[in-house]
Amino acid sequence: MSGLELENISMRFDLPNGSYVQALQDVSLKLEPGQLLSVLGPSGCGKSTLLNIVAGFLAPTGGRISLNGQAVRGPDAERGVVFQKGALFEWMNVRDNVSFGPRMAGQGAAQYGPKVDHLIDTVGLADFREKAIYELSGGMQQRVALARCLANDPDVILMDEPLGALDALTREKMQAMVLNLWKETGKTVILITHSVEEALLLGERLIVMAPRPGRIYREYQLPFADQGVGRDLREIKKLPDFAARREEILSMIWNMEEEIMGSQGAAA
Amino acid sequence: MTGLAILVVYAALFAGSALVMRVIRRGMQERHDLTSLKTVTFGDESAIRPDRAASVISILVAFLLWGAFTGSKLVPFHVPGPFLGETSFSYEIRSASGEVQGGTALIYAGTEVPAQPPGADVVASVPRGRDQLIRLPDGGQAFSVDGIPISAGQTVDVAHGRVSMTPKGTLSFAADKGLQMEPIWLPSPEAVASRFLEIARSGYQNFTLWEHLGASLMRVLAGFALGALVGIPLGYAMGLSGWFRGWFDPIVEFMRPVPPLALIPLVIIWFGIWESGKVVLLFLAALWVMTIAARAGVSGVNITKVHAAYSLGASKWQLLRHVILPNSLPEIFTGARVAMGVCWGTVVAAELVAAQKGAGMMIIAASKFQLTDIVLMGIILIGVIGYGIDVLMRVAERKLVPWKGQS
Repeated sequence: MSGLELENISMRFDLPNGSYVQALQDVSLKLEPGQLLSVLGPSGCGKSTLLNIVAGFLAPTGGRISLNGQAVRGPDAERGVVFQKGALFEWMNVRDNVSFGPRMAGQGAAQYGPKVDHLIDTVGLADFREKAIYELSGGMQQRVALARCLANDPDVILMDEPLGALDALTREKMQAMVLNLWKETGKTVILITHSVEEALLLGERLIVMAPRPGRIYREYQLPFADQGVGRDLREIKKLPDFAARREEILSMIWNMEEEIMGSQGAAA
Repeated sequence: MTGLAILVVYAALFAGSALVMRVIRRGMQERHDLTSLKTVTFGDESAIRPDRAASVISILVAFLLWGAFTGSKLVPFHVPGPFLGETSFSYEIRSASGEVQGGTALIYAGTEVPAQPPGADVVASVPRGRDQLIRLPDGGQAFSVDGIPISAGQTVDVAHGRVSMTPKGTLSFAADKGLQMEPIWLPSPEAVASRFLEIARSGYQNFTLWEHLGASLMRVLAGFALGALVGIPLGYAMGLSGWFRGWFDPIVEFMRPVPPLALIPLVIIWFGIWESGKVVLLFLAALWVMTIAARAGVSGVNITKVHAAYSLGASKWQLLRHVILPNSLPEIFTGARVAMGVCWGTVVAAELVAAQKGAGMMIIAASKFQLTDIVLMGIILIGVIGYGIDVLMRVAERKLVPWKGQS
């Protein structure tokens, strides 16, 4: 059994006032090695909860989750995470951040050095190896985060809105970088995002989640990621298929948001 | 009165030097860095830079006033001092037989009576800053001074002083005191400086100056080091374990508001008045500050950093060593600066109570002999050393935690 498997994952938080929130209900998912899955959904649909469960930061209240047949019980080096921001270590320079995983695993500089330097070059930070984190721009910091995750060679990479805090231009460049890195390394990736375009561009598979309770609403198989490798992503966006899918999913999420707003209005 | 005069002069110097500096700077080239180009400065704290000219003038003014009010030779002008020199007043006395007789009293205030004083009915020397009874000839009873009637308990103003009559009917002369401080209240800067040189050369109360100051510093360093040694791990434990936090929270929160000075009596009863007592006191002063700083440092770590470290395969120990420890350094430094300040203040107070050597012991011993210059010298040294410690801590902070306040 290889790949990531989620069986009937449920998550229920008790609230201090005695009621509860059903953040996830019966989420089942199977991810083959090397797949890139985008996860979309309106706020509060449990995307981040799902990612936290896969990463091992939260224990689900129901269901089973396993990676390569091994039950997931907590965070581990086999599941790397790229956070939106604030996850880099300011007291280390770029190289020490990127080499953090190998160093924690007890590797010597001779062992991890070439790989770490190569990764820093790959994400375009060759001139910034010795720089402190706070000297870098937001886009550069996310590239460090990406390189740090890859340096640890995890089986699965979990990305929690990794490009969400970046400006539009930087974001487009980074999307191309993520896509190429994914193809090069063949990693299994789960990408949580708010951007429908990003989800379509990068995801081989795409799930749209719905809130109350958080669940998988629709699932798509997408051709755009394969088409986009090595190409200008802006051309992909111009394809009629792409535009149609984008409109379909946008209106789907739009309707969900409207529903939430409506039911809240009725409750008030 | 003197206090009000000082306040008015000080305010005038404050405003006056601001005006003068503004006029001087009008001719100078303006700087064009970002801060000086800001148009909104009132309300933007980051645009407020300390005017170093004001700092320099402020220090100069403090010394100027000090000198002016103490008659210092280093300062070109002074407020009026006590009258020194020769003065006189006339008097009338009625003898026992009812005979009225006039006369002049010649007074030498703060100076020696010359060997051959000019002719006068009465010649008296009045020590500087004191009152002096004036013995009139023939035991007569004075009834007027400078033509103004006087009786027991009354006072008449005369040239350069006042003449009053005691209940028993004797005249008493007091020279004008002026606005200057007497050395026993406030010695002049050069008196303090020369006392400093003297004590630096020959020591005070069986120990050299450096032994006194070194003793205080060593106590502070020992107490602070012990406090940090226990407090930082305790703070980490409280930030990392619910049991530790629950157990020590009541103790820390109870001990924190108790000022270390309030512990002096108990510490003396338990540990005696010598070194161990002082180090224990300083240990207690530093302990809670460092504990709370370390605890805040741990709780201040961004949870995504912790998650990231675990996802990169770090163990709990590695997380502590590579993430929590460095992340808490800025908080620890802030705590260390506070703790050092508290310790330095506490050691001086503890030495006031009982000590053979130390900065606090110096000033309390000197005060018992009314050696105000040593007291002032001690206070200045204590201030300078305290400030020096803080500057050193800030330099170390900038070197060791350059990322503080960034990101």
